Amino acid sequence: MLTRNYLLAGAAALAALSLAGPAGAQAPIKIGELNSYKNFPAFLEPYKKGVDLAVDEVNAAGGVLGRKLEIVSRDDNGNPGDAVRVAEELLSREGVSFLIGTFPSHVGLAVSDFAKQRKVLFIAAEPLTDKLVWEAGNPYTFRLRTSTYMQTAMLIPDAVKLNKKRWAIVYPNYEYGQSATAAFKKLLSAKQPGVEFVAEQAAPLGKIDAGAVVQALADAKPDAIFSSLFGADLAKFVREGAQRGLFKDVAVFNLLAGEPEYLDPLKEEAPDGWYVTGYPWSEIKTPEHGKFVAAYQAKYKDYPRLGSVVGYSTVISAVEAIKKAGSLDQAKLIAAMSGLKHMTPFGAIEYRPIDHQSTMGAYVGRIGVKDGKGYMKEWRFVDGKDALPSDDEVMKMRPKN
Amino acid sequence: MTLSSILIQLLNGLASASSLFLVSAGLSLIFGVTRIVNFAHGSLYMLGLYGAYTLIEVLGRTPLGFWSAVVLAALAVGIAGVLIEVLVLRRVYRAPELFQLLATFAVVLVIKDIALFAWGPEDLVGPRAPGFDTAVEILGKRIPSYDLLLIAIGPVVLAVLWLLLTRTRWGALVRAATQDREMVGALGVDQAKLFTSVFFAGAVLAGLGGALQIPREPANLDLDLAIIADAFVITVVGGLGSIGGAFLAAILIGVAKAFCIGIGTVDWFGLEISFSKLTLVVEFLIMALVLVVRPYGLLGKPQAVQRIAAEPSPPLTAPTWKMALVWMAVLVAVPLVADRYVTILLTDIVCFALFAVSLHFIMGPAGMVSFGHAAYFGLGAYAAGLLFKQAGLPMEAALLLAPLCAGAFAIVYGWFCVRLSGVYLAMLTLAFAQISWSIVFQWDSFTGGSNGVLGIWPSAWLADKTTYYYLALACCGLGIAFLWRVLFSPFGFTLRAGRDSPLRAEAIGIDLRGVQWAAFVLVGALAGLAGAVYAFSKGSISPSAISIAQSTDGLIMVLLGGVETLTGPIVGAAIFTWLRDEVARRTEFWRAVMGGVILVIVLLFPQGLVGGLKALALRWQEQRA
Repeated sequence: MLTRNYLLAGAAALAALSLAGPAGAQAPIKIGELNSYKNFPAFLEPYKKGVDLAVDEVNAAGGVLGRKLEIVSRDDNGNPGDAVRVAEELLSREGVSFLIGTFPSHVGLAVSDFAKQRKVLFIAAEPLTDKLVWEAGNPYTFRLRTSTYMQTAMLIPDAVKLNKKRWAIVYPNYEYGQSATAAFKKLLSAKQPGVEFVAEQAAPLGKIDAGAVVQALADAKPDAIFSSLFGADLAKFVREGAQRGLFKDVAVFNLLAGEPEYLDPLKEEAPDGWYVTGYPWSEIKTPEHGKFVAAYQAKYKDYPRLGSVVGYSTVISAVEAIKKAGSLDQAKLIAAMSGLKHMTPFGAIEYRPIDHQSTMGAYVGRIGVKDGKGYMKEWRFVDGKDALPSDDEVMKMRPKN
Repeated sequence: MTLSSILIQLLNGLASASSLFLVSAGLSLIFGVTRIVNFAHGSLYMLGLYGAYTLIEVLGRTPLGFWSAVVLAALAVGIAGVLIEVLVLRRVYRAPELFQLLATFAVVLVIKDIALFAWGPEDLVGPRAPGFDTAVEILGKRIPSYDLLLIAIGPVVLAVLWLLLTRTRWGALVRAATQDREMVGALGVDQAKLFTSVFFAGAVLAGLGGALQIPREPANLDLDLAIIADAFVITVVGGLGSIGGAFLAAILIGVAKAFCIGIGTVDWFGLEISFSKLTLVVEFLIMALVLVVRPYGLLGKPQAVQRIAAEPSPPLTAPTWKMALVWMAVLVAVPLVADRYVTILLTDIVCFALFAVSLHFIMGPAGMVSFGHAAYFGLGAYAAGLLFKQAGLPMEAALLLAPLCAGAFAIVYGWFCVRLSGVYLAMLTLAFAQISWSIVFQWDSFTGGSNGVLGIWPSAWLADKTTYYYLALACCGLGIAFLWRVLFSPFGFTLRAGRDSPLRAEAIGIDLRGVQWAAFVLVGALAGLAGAVYAFSKGSISPSAISIAQSTDGLIMVLLGGVETLTGPIVGAAIFTWLRDEVARRTEFWRAVMGGVILVIVLLFPQGLVGGLKALALRWQEQRA
């Protein structure tokens, strides 16, 4: 009898839970956020701080549509299966209005496909894969971050200017590294006919055998190297390459290596003169960025990383979309996101109606070393819209609905 | 490759083999004596790097500071190893085979979060070794002098270990225990002390291997899992318990990797082959080859039969029809009373339950432990996805054909696996899983590469989550019922006979390999069914479904519930999935909490949850009688 009573009580409690929907107009607007917090903590801890900062600012300014904003965050365990389940939990139990977040490409793509199935807005924060807005693009998914293709394209002018003939390539062996490599080869060959790619090394993510890779690249006698390594792989490659003299008289281009997440751990060994994309946070003097950095440092007593900007801007995108839509209706939200313009710490961005990619730009420059620390020198800001392929090409890649 | 680059790549391979050897030697030592599959060995290695980093900061970047930091870090890790042994493992030595694996898995989770808490999320790049911070020129190419030092350290450690093992009383005891630990116990040797000392030695080796990497590798939170698979591979390729074998295997794998990179991309008859991409899987290819040719590794000997590792498994009892019907009724009723998300979580649980039951079938009653069971789960999921997307079959047909595809792979893999036994068999299953994973991961045009296959949603009539849940419940419930039914058929009894007494089974005319092979294919197909159901519930499938993590999850579920009971795996799957969902939502350091909960379960219920509860119920009944 006891068991049956428990069962009944449990059932009643569950029923009560499922009935407890949004109560009244004063309930906060909830947005669901999911990310691989434990898999990529170096990027995502600052990211979370950026998210929280944005929420504080929005609520201090009176919230959205007269209601408070609440972000419900979940860890997706870096696994698409878990991510889809967590997304479902956010929507059906937490009653969030739509989804934001994700970091690795495969998780971002899985959630994007889920959003399409569930007909829910999804603003992808960080996944870099080009497929998210092109080959696998869908009406419900928008992406904030400057994609692999865009960041690669931003490095191309410098590469063309140097006019090096023999290029060696090293990349982490998964989608991001593969597409960066493919985009680089395609774009450079188009601009500089006759360029040769003399060696190509695919290193398992997080497990590069740096000594052997450096030696193999050196054997090919390249004039220049294009790398898309990051994190521990980058640190190992930099040290082995320096010790073995690989970088002497060789120009090196490395995506992402100027991001504080990956540059700062290198300390005094930061590779001088490399061409990188990144985030020279201490030197950007625009008012919108100054305001962001001041607020961030006041709240956390720490400087922002690129992840902080991504987290902060994603929340702002979500808020601006709600404001523009004036409601939480999915169709209106999606209509609002298309062509949405707003400010970020990196300046004004627009979510392009054609492919739902934001025009958020990135900083391109060279690495220098000062006071035992790496920094970005000779940097310039490249607007995202200048690093995208022509509309025709985009239309060809993106599936028709 | 020129002659000089061949030589340099050889040196590169030897240098990376050095740390691998230290870690694997420790693992081999621990396994040899205690028979514990120590998952936490990689975590000890990681602690070695973090410890060395911090100690160098404290002691200064002088030669004295650097080298004392390395030694102190190794010793500190040794103490951490002793703590793990005394506080956790000692209490579960008599649990059923492999149960200790569950405890060490929990330790991995806890250490990972402790490291995150103590050292923060950013990679920590240590200094170069003072005195060895330059490069030496050999045949016109530069190689760091530290690499040459590492090359020398490997054989020195090997020699020290050899002297310890052959010239000291402790070494004699270790060798004796590796051969026959019950006999050593019977002769009056204090096993507890011996095990603790062996754990200390093994942990010191792991810590030293890690600390010595500080000039070559930043301390980071992914090191534990990155090294553990390699360490297991080397231990097994060398032969379990053989230190010399581990040395050979480390060199073989280190050098093979270096040459894959050195060869790079080659053009053979117009076909471009990238050897550098092989680095993803080369160690597992080598392991598969070695195990097929030499079933006990390069220098290993057949494992001694353990006499009383634990109480013999009690005979299985089939759940009664009444119980099954009640449970079915409850599961069918849940969507009617609970919220939508409970149904979704239950769909996951149901898939994992069939996955765990199929794993239990092969590792419990059939006595063949599989470390690579995710292969069939993942291949089933991919088969379903690809038949649906690439071949354009209706979803229902893809779902039905997927188990056949997974079973087909099990026919091939199983043929090799049933020729081995024990941990060697388990590692060969892992090798096949990793080989499958790497192919799926690389074959962009067919499997979608690392991104996987998208857009595999069920047909319209199944799109509703509750309807799909009922489909999953029907498929997986039937699968589980079928597997249980098989266990009580003549085939199932034959399998158990083969597990409990292979010699006698063969003597009465049972074709044991044939029976085991059939069992392998059967569970492969049903794990594939679980994977296919899972894939359509998620709408996408990625290589994570074949990964080591997925295989480990399966093992954890089975062990958590109790390997000696039929319902254990189902309870394990439910508790594990529910717990992870619940804990991850509520706390930031959810991995440590999860590890802590598993540790409590391990210590309270050394027979798993269901096994423990059954024992409790039995004792209660006895007291009342």
